[in-house]
Amino acid sequence: MIEQLPAIQLLLTLIAAPICSMLRNGDRSWWLATAASWASVVVACLILNQVWGGGTISYHMGGWPPPWGIEVVIDELTAIVLLLVTLFGALVMTALRESLSTIMRHQRQSLYYTAFLLCMASLIGITITGDAFNVFVFLEISSLATYTLIARGRDRRALTAAFRYLIMGTIGATFILIAIGFMYMLTGTLNMADLAERLPAHKDNHVLHASFAFFIVGIGLKIALFPLHYWLPNAYTYAPKATTAFLAATATKVSLYVMIRFVFDVYGLEFSFQQMHLGTLLVPLSIAGILIASLTAVFQTDAKRLLAWSSVSQLGYMALGVGILNVNGLTAAITHMFNHAMMKAGLFLALATMIYRVQSSQLTALAGIGRTMPLTTGAFTVLGIGLIGVPFTAGFVSKWYLITGVLDKGWLPVAALLIVSSLMAIIYIGKMIDVMYFKPAPEEFSNAQEAPLSMLIPCWIFALLTIYFGIDTRLTAGLAGRVASNLLGGA
Amino acid sequence: MLVATVVIIVKLDRLMTAVMMMGFFSLLSSCIFMILDAVDVAFTEAAVGAGASTIFFLAALAIVGHTSKKRTRQRTILPLAMVTCIGIVLIYATFDMPRFGTADAPIQQHVTPRYINDSADEVGPPNIVTSVLASYRGYDTFGEAGVVFTAFIGVLLLLGAGTRQSGLERPAPPNTQVESMRQKIILREVADLLIAPVLVFALYVQWHGDFGPGGGFQAGVIFASVIVLYALIYGIVPAQQLFPPRKLAYFPALGWLLYGGVGIVSMIKGGNFLDYGALMTDPHDGQHYGILIIELGIGITVAAVMINIFFSLSERSL
Amino acid sequence: MISGLFNYWIVVILMMAGLYIVMSSGHLVKKIIGLNIFQTSVFIFFISMGKVSGGTAPILKDGFTLYSNPLTHVLILTAIVVGVATTALGLAISVRIYEAYGTVEEDEIAELDADNRQNETSVTTVAYNKK
Repeated sequence: MIEQLPAIQLLLTLIAAPICSMLRNGDRSWWLATAASWASVVVACLILNQVWGGGTISYHMGGWPPPWGIEVVIDELTAIVLLLVTLFGALVMTALRESLSTIMRHQRQSLYYTAFLLCMASLIGITITGDAFNVFVFLEISSLATYTLIARGRDRRALTAAFRYLIMGTIGATFILIAIGFMYMLTGTLNMADLAERLPAHKDNHVLHASFAFFIVGIGLKIALFPLHYWLPNAYTYAPKATTAFLAATATKVSLYVMIRFVFDVYGLEFSFQQMHLGTLLVPLSIAGILIASLTAVFQTDAKRLLAWSSVSQLGYMALGVGILNVNGLTAAITHMFNHAMMKAGLFLALATMIYRVQSSQLTALAGIGRTMPLTTGAFTVLGIGLIGVPFTAGFVSKWYLITGVLDKGWLPVAALLIVSSLMAIIYIGKMIDVMYFKPAPEEFSNAQEAPLSMLIPCWIFALLTIYFGIDTRLTAGLAGRVASNLLGGA
Repeated sequence: MLVATVVIIVKLDRLMTAVMMMGFFSLLSSCIFMILDAVDVAFTEAAVGAGASTIFFLAALAIVGHTSKKRTRQRTILPLAMVTCIGIVLIYATFDMPRFGTADAPIQQHVTPRYINDSADEVGPPNIVTSVLASYRGYDTFGEAGVVFTAFIGVLLLLGAGTRQSGLERPAPPNTQVESMRQKIILREVADLLIAPVLVFALYVQWHGDFGPGGGFQAGVIFASVIVLYALIYGIVPAQQLFPPRKLAYFPALGWLLYGGVGIVSMIKGGNFLDYGALMTDPHDGQHYGILIIELGIGITVAAVMINIFFSLSERSL
Repeated sequence: MISGLFNYWIVVILMMAGLYIVMSSGHLVKKIIGLNIFQTSVFIFFISMGKVSGGTAPILKDGFTLYSNPLTHVLILTAIVVGVATTALGLAISVRIYEAYGTVEEDEIAELDADNRQNETSVTTVAYNKK
């Protein structure tokens, strides 16, 4: 049983999806989908337990040894991303039923759960695979599922947002395909570990340089790395309610994980940073991204769009962490990947819960909601404080490592800019909390009630986790630190 | 010639013609695949690229209209600059590429020889592409069927099939239908002649994938194209009576589950996921039946998805 | 030596033409056409690199020893199917856009959205009141 865990991890959600589509009953589909996603959380925990401390699981799909067959590789970094995807996916899934019940008929709901499960399953697939082409296949499943999820938004602009994302995403995926083709051309293999062994011999080859360039642009589009973030704000703003929480938590994070995997493990540290100067590219871009996106967020009047811009800026933190290339920086990137997924998913979910009652994401409509929905707003506030990076919250941990990493490099101005951007985070989060608690509620929403428990409980779980991971950092920063020194020290 | 076709598409404002040229482009590239020895790919490109996508485009154009506006000047410069940059990067890369057609290029050396030399012993089918597709890289193909399934779910969620305004409930506009049928008498005769042989051909392609080019994907698309042909000639309503969309919507999931089921059975029997060798006591038999069943699963999924998407798209235009 | 690269250059030109259509065209359906061409050219590139001069199609037969690379064929089979799936979904979305906006021209949609944004607050309140 134990040796089959990687396959089970994927199959739970993947097989639940078609069954879900055949049920044609919103409630039953939801039970199945929720059960499947929580079961995969359990599996993810078992896997994490197995690789804890540096073990690696390798599983051969179809029984063919790599590089002929497709290999599944799970190490500590994979396991933490798996936990991220399944846990946050399952939490959002739990809350999804109430959120959907107002906007969709029963039969459609089961299809929606199917798309959601497919998205989750394919993200798991991307995470665990050890084969470069397989990444492309699962990336496409996740993208198609994501476009669908976004396009179902209530506003018609959801459609244009989804279309724009479809065009950008497909170009990105095709770029990645070209990059993989180039690598294959040089080495004759698609297995990542095998590629890593064979690529250094070609490090002066123009084909490899082009491959690297195409890969970075392609995956940059998927991560929404500044300045390729063009599709993200609209997609997040108009995606239906709770879905945004899931997308914000997982899709971009998994892409970032793919980037870390390829840059460090496949192309190799030396090639990526010394020969292709990835660091000198990433650092200025991500700093610009952090500042510009934070500044844009400050001026938003729509709560969802504000959080979406904040996501762009937070992704900048992670890219910066990768770019500064020392143990603390990389630890920060990986920790923040987890922490930000948690906090942003929680924020979007709490926001979705409020929108569930007031039917608008405009800040004016959310005024005074702290009195009518105190519990939800409470969770939102805790998560918001976490996002700012106040001590004893998860956000503080990752920012601490990031600033330490920057200071290790001796880049004082950069550290100053980071503090400036944190101030901006205080402004935009503060602005929302201020509206929620201290502005009088508009007439029509004054009798809004507290949200149903199935939405409230996931919100508070996110909030409590934010505090928990701010105090106990063994799982996040501890593990990330080991992974980071492995990634950097191995080369 | 390909370049010429593409240049025409760039210039065209009439979308109908652009779509036709795109189909032509697909056919041409399928010829190129043929010349380059990729028979399976040529087959798929002809069926999927030139066939299925062209039909989808036409169905969509019937809804959104046929012409696009003249482009304004300012839009052309920036894209042109970006495209040129990317092109230069690519050309720069080509200089270090192994020359076209060389047998000692790295890709012919490392992984491939095992496929070519041992697949007959290890997997069985003489068509190496089938062995690699269904067995060595069966997991990829499983994902690929998943992509098709996901697209199906997406289209169903966005457009609905047979649920919004079911073809069964909606009476066919009688007069125009009869009128057009009469006009199309030659078409009908030809279609009647074609439908049966093409169906047989689809089945042949399905089961013959082991030996010649073909397999579930191609067979599924061919099968679907028969139904589409039927719908074009006799109208969408009779076609939907033949294949009620509500019931048809079960099949993509069933086909994919069949594929996954084979994988799960092989796990229960003690192998890894999709290890067909574990299915039977003799690994060769296991591989043989495993491939047969998963190809069937793919065929069902692809055919049902294509028909469904066609129905969903064309239903909107009525 | 140059002739060995000719194939790749043609492919590059095709790819860029496809990409150019995607970026320059304002019509959503035409964008998808461009995307299709872009992808098909990438397929040609993959198949080109798998070709062996004097080789034959990878179906085992007595008397042949030189086969073209079957792996690229498998990859491209997958990619073709992925391409058509994307196309179908893209078209479905553009059909929905047409139903929602009455147009599939990018700039017209942008105009309609700009109108929308100006009376954003009033629109949302109205939507709520209807409920």
